[in-house]
Amino acid sequence: MSKIEIKSPLPGTFYRASSPEAAPFKADGDAVADTDTIGLIEVMKTFQEIPAGVSGKAITFLVDNEEAVMAGQVIAEVEA
Amino acid sequence: MTIKSVLVANRGEIAVRIVTAAKALGIRTVQVHSAADADMLAVKLADEAVDIGPPAAKKSYLNIEAIIAAAKEKGVDAIHPGYGFLSENGDFADAVEKAGMIFIGPSGDAIRTLGDKVAARDVARRAGVPTVPGSDGRLADGAAATALAAEIGYPVMIKAAAGGGGRGIRIVADEAELEKQFPLASAEAQAAFGDGGLYMEKVITRARHVEVQIFGDGENFVHLFERECSLQRRRQKVWEEAPSAGLDADVRQKLCESAVALAREVKYRGAGTVEYLYDDKTGEFYFIEVNTRIQVEHPVTEMITGFDLVQEMFNVAGGAPLSVTQDEISENGHAIECRINAEDPFKGFLPTPGAITKLVVPEGKGIRFDTMLYEGYAIPPFYDSLLGKLIVHAESREACLEKLAVTLEKLTIEGVATTVPLHLALARDATVASGDYHTRFLEGWLEEDFARLADEKEEVA
Repeated sequence: MSKIEIKSPLPGTFYRASSPEAAPFKADGDAVADTDTIGLIEVMKTFQEIPAGVSGKAITFLVDNEEAVMAGQVIAEVEA
Repeated sequence: MTIKSVLVANRGEIAVRIVTAAKALGIRTVQVHSAADADMLAVKLADEAVDIGPPAAKKSYLNIEAIIAAAKEKGVDAIHPGYGFLSENGDFADAVEKAGMIFIGPSGDAIRTLGDKVAARDVARRAGVPTVPGSDGRLADGAAATALAAEIGYPVMIKAAAGGGGRGIRIVADEAELEKQFPLASAEAQAAFGDGGLYMEKVITRARHVEVQIFGDGENFVHLFERECSLQRRRQKVWEEAPSAGLDADVRQKLCESAVALAREVKYRGAGTVEYLYDDKTGEFYFIEVNTRIQVEHPVTEMITGFDLVQEMFNVAGGAPLSVTQDEISENGHAIECRINAEDPFKGFLPTPGAITKLVVPEGKGIRFDTMLYEGYAIPPFYDSLLGKLIVHAESREACLEKLAVTLEKLTIEGVATTVPLHLALARDATVASGDYHTRFLEGWLEEDFARLADEKEEVA
């Protein structure tokens, strides 16, 4: 079973939900479609949506909510 | 007590500005920084530095406990909050005083009063400063609404008294529309907030943003003339000038005097800014709010008056009376400031954190670059995108625009995209040169004029 990595396109702060009160875009184990939003990156006070960019089963997040990430860092994996 | 040491509770270009001003006064400087900011310029310039926490601002630059602890550990006399972060947090000001140090700014009570929209509007009214015309509270009924609108003039805005964040606001252009919308707005407010109460405010459609720099020591109050900041994008100032290109001498005097009256009303202490909307068609100005801190755009005031506002903040906070009286403050020439941001104006202002590979800053009389940059510096993604401010001063506005264009052409920042090309286009624009613009001008200009320039650029490339 192969895994596909989802990388952050930007450096910044990673958020799993659209607001602190909202449910996460995706929970560990969820299936994802190409265009699904899996999180937000806050870069210089602006928020950019992160699309999965791949389709697959059972997403696993490798970065916590509100964690700092670098551009190119793997933020999640999905099973192909 | 004269301040002999200070902790700078901020980052970026303003931390550099404050450290530099303190050093000029012989004050020992302690610079706080987050884990992401250990390499920042202010840390290199300050006598000492303290790491106060992780990159996220709420864990570092907004962490009152960590900042007070750092200040106590370093045994400083005072804390300078800069702008943004904790600068207008009354509780922070109180905490600093309670810890036995000086907060460089007004008292916590003054910050709270002037930071509250309704309370500040009351202060302005008591001081005789014009506020945006409207109802002094809830409108009794539709008839009261039409009577008031006829008096203050259309268009007017009706807002839910219990609303907030822009919800429940309707703009109406005439009486027929008001009569139709009033009951609907009231029913909607009742449904949304459980309170159908409405109030009314006049809509100022084409206004300039003009603000007056004030300074007080608690007993004496002066103004240092106005700044105009009408060129804004998404309510963020992009370009600021002093003096305003749109005020005649009579209005200008009234405006500046009204700001001093407001300062006197609250016995203001420190540097502050009174913001107004100015309608140049009618010559009327209206109070918006008071900012109880040093502003980003303070250098244009310093350039035309020759007065160092940040050094004066240290003097007054240390207990000295104002170093100048009103008649000793004079102005000379014209100054323009461009906010240079790490944003790509050709790609929808996408933020561009990254490393600076080359930096060449033009030097000369009347040119000032307040910045956090140096070659090799990596701009972190965690904070706002302001990299520096290019300020140019010349004997007239016309000469200033010309000098600004030449200086912007020579300013070289490589490694990340910046807003320099935007400012260069503005410096050469005929409407900007005419001075005939308002707060909604820039967004339209970006969609039309600047988009055309960007297309041309693409064709050349």
